[in-house]
Amino acid sequence: MSDAQAAHLDTSTGLDSRKLAIWTFIGSECMFFASLISTYVVYRNKSTVGPFPHQAWTDPATGKVVEGVIEIPLVTVGTALLLFSSLFVVLALYGAQKGNRKMLLGWLGATILCGLFFVGMQVYEFTHFVHKGLTLQRNMFGASFFTLTGFHGTHVTIGVIWLITMFVLALRKQLPPENSINLEMAALYWHFVDVVWIIIFPVVYLMQ
Amino acid sequence: MTAHATAAAEPAHGHPTPGTYTKVGLVLFILTALEVALYEITFGEHAGALGDLRMVFVPALLTLSFAKFALVAMFYMHLKQDHRLFAGVFVFPLTIAAIVILALAALMAYHMAFAKSGG
Repeated sequence: MSDAQAAHLDTSTGLDSRKLAIWTFIGSECMFFASLISTYVVYRNKSTVGPFPHQAWTDPATGKVVEGVIEIPLVTVGTALLLFSSLFVVLALYGAQKGNRKMLLGWLGATILCGLFFVGMQVYEFTHFVHKGLTLQRNMFGASFFTLTGFHGTHVTIGVIWLITMFVLALRKQLPPENSINLEMAALYWHFVDVVWIIIFPVVYLMQ
Repeated sequence: MTAHATAAAEPAHGHPTPGTYTKVGLVLFILTALEVALYEITFGEHAGALGDLRMVFVPALLTLSFAKFALVAMFYMHLKQDHRLFAGVFVFPLTIAAIVILALAALMAYHMAFAKSGG
């Protein structure tokens, strides 16, 4: 919203209070994820038993060799889709603001599909890790990894539910241009989930 | 119509066009591809193809991530065009968050170095 638009609003700041509220919430979420990311960074490479993220490990009890559990190609696809979903939701918002219902529904649907794929990717990844012996209690890597990415996945899931709600409202023609702020708030949350992953992806998956 | 609805009904002055959004999306995709390529030539199957890059790996990766973060925040979250107060309530806690991460990482590195020296 521009300053010219803000001048129309009868609030103490002259800005839309709902938008200020979502930005304040996002600011608090920065602190939340900072604590999780710093915990992961501090405990990085501190595990005394495997499985490890990148290095192979031999289980002394069974003699079985467990390769590094991280699968870069799969997560790269998930990352790319999450980035594309940010583009899609902003195009959906553009459609909502312009009253272009076809554009709104099409791009919002694409965003939801990308979000669902990402959640599915994470469920597959978690299952795969557990099958390789990595659990929340197994070692420092498991504890910090599952906590950090699990909380992020929960945020993505909440974002998908929020976007589905917006999609249903748009289908019922209850998301006219004058109410596009509702989608804008959901989009801001979705972008935040994306920027958090922009940090998590290199820190957790690429750094050794 | 309420003041909120009046404001929302107006076109978003200064917000980027779909063309700009798409260009930013393309740049984000290229930057992600660069991150993965950097990983591949440093630790992956093509490690050593361009020499030993381990010293520059982390700074390069963080630079690419920062660029992606900034692009999404400025263009997709509209911080570049919106009121400065929105940027303020986001950047202030973000700065504290970055300081917390760096301080804890530095503290842990110092602790490990101290422990190794037998202190």
